[in-house]
Amino acid sequence: MLRRTAYALLVLALSATATACARSGPDAVTAAASRGPITVWLSNNAQEVEWGEKMVADWNRQHPDQRITAQSIPAGKTSEEAISASIIAGSTACLVFNTSPAAVPQFEKQAGLVPLSDFPDGAKYIEGRTGPLAAQYRSADGSYYQMPWKSNPGMILYNKKIFKKAGLDPEHPRLTTYDEFLETSRKIVRSGAAEAAIWPAPSSEFFQSWFDFYPAFIAESGGKQLVEDGKPQFDTAAGRRVAAFWRQMYAEKLAPQESYPGDALGEQKTAMSTVGPWAVAAYKDSLDWGVVPVPTSDGRPASEIHTFGDEKSIGMYSSCKNRATAWDVLKFATSKEQDGRFLAVTGQMPMREHLVSTYPGFFAENPSYKAFADQAERVVEVPNVPGSIDMWQAFRDAWTRSVIFGRQSTAAALHDADVRITKILAEY
Amino acid sequence: MNLLQAKAPARRGTSRIGALFVTPYVVFVLAVFAVPLVYTVWISFHRFYFTAPGADADTPWVGLDNYRAVFTDPVVGQAFLNILVFLVINVPLTVGLSLVLASALNAKLPFRSFFRAAYYVPYVTASVALVAVWQFLFGGSGLVNNLLGDLAPDPSWLVNSTLAMPVIAFFVTWKQLGFFVMLYLAALQNVGRELYEAASVDGAGRIRQFFSVTVPGVRPATTLVVIYAVITGANLFSEPYLLTGGGGPDHASASPVLLMYQKGIEQGHPDFAAALGVVLVAFVLAVSLLARRLTERGN
Repeated sequence: MLRRTAYALLVLALSATATACARSGPDAVTAAASRGPITVWLSNNAQEVEWGEKMVADWNRQHPDQRITAQSIPAGKTSEEAISASIIAGSTACLVFNTSPAAVPQFEKQAGLVPLSDFPDGAKYIEGRTGPLAAQYRSADGSYYQMPWKSNPGMILYNKKIFKKAGLDPEHPRLTTYDEFLETSRKIVRSGAAEAAIWPAPSSEFFQSWFDFYPAFIAESGGKQLVEDGKPQFDTAAGRRVAAFWRQMYAEKLAPQESYPGDALGEQKTAMSTVGPWAVAAYKDSLDWGVVPVPTSDGRPASEIHTFGDEKSIGMYSSCKNRATAWDVLKFATSKEQDGRFLAVTGQMPMREHLVSTYPGFFAENPSYKAFADQAERVVEVPNVPGSIDMWQAFRDAWTRSVIFGRQSTAAALHDADVRITKILAEY
Repeated sequence: MNLLQAKAPARRGTSRIGALFVTPYVVFVLAVFAVPLVYTVWISFHRFYFTAPGADADTPWVGLDNYRAVFTDPVVGQAFLNILVFLVINVPLTVGLSLVLASALNAKLPFRSFFRAAYYVPYVTASVALVAVWQFLFGGSGLVNNLLGDLAPDPSWLVNSTLAMPVIAFFVTWKQLGFFVMLYLAALQNVGRELYEAASVDGAGRIRQFFSVTVPGVRPATTLVVIYAVITGANLFSEPYLLTGGGGPDHASASPVLLMYQKGIEQGHPDFAAALGVVLVAFVLAVSLLARRLTERGN
């Protein structure tokens, strides 16, 4: 009897598993033309939520038959993990307003994203709004699986009070070349004005290189991505100069080897940080700050410097049943009017060409954002290649080993990372 | 009469009721353990990735390819070596400290209830909160380094490739001590007072009594403690992740479970992660069996 019960239960469990494995999503052809209510996910950033709720209210007032429900992205360690899990479960929102370009190749592989190029005006709309920068967001098959939405171009924000305390001129900071940056950093740390000159997280997570190596490499190389045409680009003279510069920062204890368990810039533990325009609102009441471009070895003028965009896209997900509505919402949310409102509420840069001339009123009232807006015209993104996260993890491992902890020469580490990443790219 | 009835075989109805009572647990075991385990083994022999519902995903049989990838990945070797270092420090320390403390707390002490609760508090406190305390102690500019001054290690404890794993082992020992003290306290209730009295009459002092009466008396509990410590140690994830920023410098504190998370969840290779999981299960079984042999020797 017990044996029969056990067999019956085993069959039941295996049937349930088989049923779960044989799930089905919406039919793509039907969904593409369907209209009706949709759900969108927003990040949990307070300003973005404020903008999102207003945008949703505007849409719902005009389209009572195609209502949007807005929610925050489900809690997870990172948004990417929460989105990936919901793709597998078939429970993703139609639109997610915080899709990381680094995760797009993986979401594509999971059949989680709707190719926006399949809409008749898809590619035209994306390129019309974003301009030449849109090309970075095309996938390997030539389609757009993401709408470039907003960027946070990385620049060096510095604390004027700490600079003064270290005997430096806060209005004319010497931070243009590597030599100047190192000299300024030494003065800050050795004077005791701050514990660190700059304090990027030295931990091993794959994305941490976007905030130390990558902006510096993009600037030094004149706007190269980590990988171009299927080949790593960092085992070069430019990459080696960047690695040597950062190695010196760590070797001389100008940048700490351990993460700060809080906000090092806000708590005045560090004099500088690589940040995007989100920091303007965050520190406007607590810090007297200035901003300069990322340094280069030869000290190029600001107008020639490229940096990492830290862009976030809007993704349309394959669990969406009313994709025609979702596409209209996507265009509505990235219209000139909504982009202007987004800029005003969050201070982040919409991925739109000629920002300063498009919103002159905002930049006249908020000149502190002008440098970021100018920099937003010259941003470089993570390469849109399969195996993106594996690749960044391989790079990060080499970086922590050599640059942060000096257990291997920087040149050898870059070469090893080049070999590993070439192998990863070949596997996909 | 009653005795005879008691020896009579159970009737069919009784076994049906028994089956009914165990059904929820059997379903639970199947759904939560058996099916996922079988599925994991299946995934480990295929090229596999998770997809959206209804998507066509090619999942060909790849034989031992995933296992080959696991065994040839130097980071995996490093992670298992880290776990061995962890176990070598954590298990003896856990057994020794928890037995000594349990023996002390079993005696008539002032504030005994307070101490019993105090040792249990870290075990029921979230790792995230405790990690903050340890970072305050062992961080680069933490209390310990301030006390040590020039003697402080460079790089500091949590980012030092030699010291990161031992620090984690001490942290976990301290965190879980309360639970193992409770296990030993329960076991000590079963060690007869008369054994201590007899040993005392024979002239044995406190220390001799501890080694000749207490230690053999709680041997089954020691086996349980060792096996449980090995299993929890091999499943280490939160501590290296939180304390050492995702595995420490150059994977100095990476654990197999942390790698499973990185490969399976972050990088989208559940097939590799599944193979690593199967290898980890085999590793834990082997270490547990070895530990059991060692602790039960002389029984």
